[in-house]
Amino acid sequence: MNQPEVEVVETDLLILGGGMAGCGAAFEAGYWGKAHGLRTTIVEKAAVERSGAVAMGLSAINCYMGMRWGENQPEDFVRYVRQDLMGLCREDLVYDIARHVDSSVHMFEEWGLPIFKNEDGRYKREGRWQIMIHGESFKPIVAEAAKKAVGPENVYERIFVSDLLRDPATGHVSGAVGFSVRDHKVYVFKARAVISSAGGATGVFRPHAVGEGLGRIWYAPWNTGSAYSLMIKAGATMTQMEHRLVVTRFKDGYGPVGMWFLLFKGKVRNAYGELYEDTQVKALDEFPPYGQTRPIPTPLRNHQMLLDRAQGKGPHYMRTDDALQALTQGLDPKAIRAIESDAWEDFLDMTMSQALLWASNNIDPAVQPSELTLTEPYLMGSHSAATGAWVSGPEDLAPEGYFWGYNRMTTVPGLFAAGDGVGGSAHKFSSGSYTEGRLAAKAAMAFITDNPDRPAVDGDHITSIVETLFQPYRVFEDNQGSSTKPDINPNYFYPKQGLLRLQKLMDEYVAGLGANYITNEPTLLRGLELLESLKEDMSKVAARDRHELLRCWELWDRIRCAEAHARHMLYRKETRWPGYYYRGDYPKIDDQNWKVFVNSRYQAETGEWELETQPHHSIVS
Amino acid sequence: MPTYVNPDKCDGCKALDKPACAYICPNDLMALDLAMGKAFNQEPDQCWECYACVKTCPQSAIAMRGYADVVPLGASLTPLRGTESIMWTVQFRDQRVKRFKYPIRSTQWGSIDPYQGAPEPDKAALKDPHLCGEGAWLGVDQLPVPSGRA
Repeated sequence: MNQPEVEVVETDLLILGGGMAGCGAAFEAGYWGKAHGLRTTIVEKAAVERSGAVAMGLSAINCYMGMRWGENQPEDFVRYVRQDLMGLCREDLVYDIARHVDSSVHMFEEWGLPIFKNEDGRYKREGRWQIMIHGESFKPIVAEAAKKAVGPENVYERIFVSDLLRDPATGHVSGAVGFSVRDHKVYVFKARAVISSAGGATGVFRPHAVGEGLGRIWYAPWNTGSAYSLMIKAGATMTQMEHRLVVTRFKDGYGPVGMWFLLFKGKVRNAYGELYEDTQVKALDEFPPYGQTRPIPTPLRNHQMLLDRAQGKGPHYMRTDDALQALTQGLDPKAIRAIESDAWEDFLDMTMSQALLWASNNIDPAVQPSELTLTEPYLMGSHSAATGAWVSGPEDLAPEGYFWGYNRMTTVPGLFAAGDGVGGSAHKFSSGSYTEGRLAAKAAMAFITDNPDRPAVDGDHITSIVETLFQPYRVFEDNQGSSTKPDINPNYFYPKQGLLRLQKLMDEYVAGLGANYITNEPTLLRGLELLESLKEDMSKVAARDRHELLRCWELWDRIRCAEAHARHMLYRKETRWPGYYYRGDYPKIDDQNWKVFVNSRYQAETGEWELETQPHHSIVS
Repeated sequence: MPTYVNPDKCDGCKALDKPACAYICPNDLMALDLAMGKAFNQEPDQCWECYACVKTCPQSAIAMRGYADVVPLGASLTPLRGTESIMWTVQFRDQRVKRFKYPIRSTQWGSIDPYQGAPEPDKAALKDPHLCGEGAWLGVDQLPVPSGRA
């Protein structure tokens, strides 16, 4: 194998990942960078125009206060998020996003994002926090602004970043290393601050479809947990890594349900016509006080559906037929056509597969209901789950112990996080992730001006990273001759084979859908043993081409996320989020001992994990 | 529902420096078969069916076929994306057809001036909690703080 070309890029602020959070960071950094003569560089493994979880489009913005119309205040939002997360969130971070998010949404509209309006000119609400958009081009619009903000020459696409760099003397983050997915080339980025906004983790668990449909999951399959993996490897403290997201979606296409529930007032009935929220109402009392408070938290609604299913009441159907018939009764054909158009747009803007599934099964939603199911688990910090880095809050909001100098800075000096990367602050969605990127970027610029000396990079560390990056090529080259069939080789496996091995063990031992989301201490310990042997075997993962090399390193990201997840689940001895996962050996919620954050830190030198708890502080009554 | 490429329509984007589908695919799936000079999906089971390549293909050569372990054959879903709107043609398995048209952007592509309406950045404001342009964009006069805090 030839030696790769090495390109060194010197910048001030480095943004890793050009999704919604990364684009928000680029926008804000471009502004403050102009005043201070600072350069911002954005690195993306795909093309910023269609990258991250919003690449496909969106039909709603799920985090908008509407403060200018007095619709909601940030305090209301904190109470809602805290209840949905069964009591645990970083209220300072949630409040901070809520008080800024409207400004981001107003800019999106100015830039050209079409937003549904009521006759009075206000945005049309789908629910209390959600507004409806024609969001097919949401990401390209936001990307256009981001590229202009930092200058197109500072946007590096098709580069997969594998490692962060730290100054060996001070511990400050000092850059990152990655490889090109298009050329035989390594990039060394030297920076004075870094934002990890590289997305949450899918593909850690075995999904419903395991053949050709392996990638047609709910959250973007290219979100492989890089945001977490990079920070874990660099020794940043992580929080809520045991938290996960399992959501109710239209079966097989994973189409969204929000509009059907909130706007169309759709009901979910089991096969016998009953509402599971009624048949399983008593289950709520087992998880006080959250079960008795409204709205019912997402995990508890899952819990009710799982109980209903276990009692032989499935399948469960979204009664689109009842909802549409009620909505269109007495309307003229034009008005009926408008409602039908909205119903289809919800899928066509953001989950086209679900529309194709309707067409393939000859389903007219006005006539026939559609099956719902629960997804496999995902690790993410932007939806009804709060996995991510433990970061400093804003100075004017953070309670004692939650502030260390710079908003959204991790426990590694100069390393910031945003979007799925930040833990404890759920329900950001697209607009909140963008806003969090802005908050992180402004604080990172302040960090840079306060620390004028450029941190050092460790040449030996870079050499060892570059050596390791291309190891999968050598494994293939050195061993391909040991079998007449390249796919069956005693000395290597392909990343797809490794992915399936990871998904199977996570499903069976770490409370995947095949295990009905249930695990316990002995099962988790066995899962961790199997993970350890997979990690050992990763020295034998083989790549035949650049595409497969990318998959090797994405698999490593997923494995690191999987290990953090399992270790955190083992540590938290209660069932805080029934319907997300159950500790069968600790089936109850335990507010007295466990209304706390579980934090972890990985030490790359020893391979050891340290876990501890941090107290939960409220800033809103 | 992975994408597939119609060999009669795909010209490998000879006129461009790289195929449009390979440029845009968020998951590095669309690649050029050098022998054929045409694009193909190199890892169909990692396709999210996001339609990014379908929408961008200058030859309308890419379509979606429902994923084999679930979806019955015979239906199709075809976008035609312009600068202001997108038109979807839904053809059912039983041959019924529905068409929907939705706006996608209310301004010209390339027209964004990110800092229009924002004042020149003030160096001294780098450590206050206000973000760029919030005086114009937030919609309320004061950045809120929780009750009980100054």
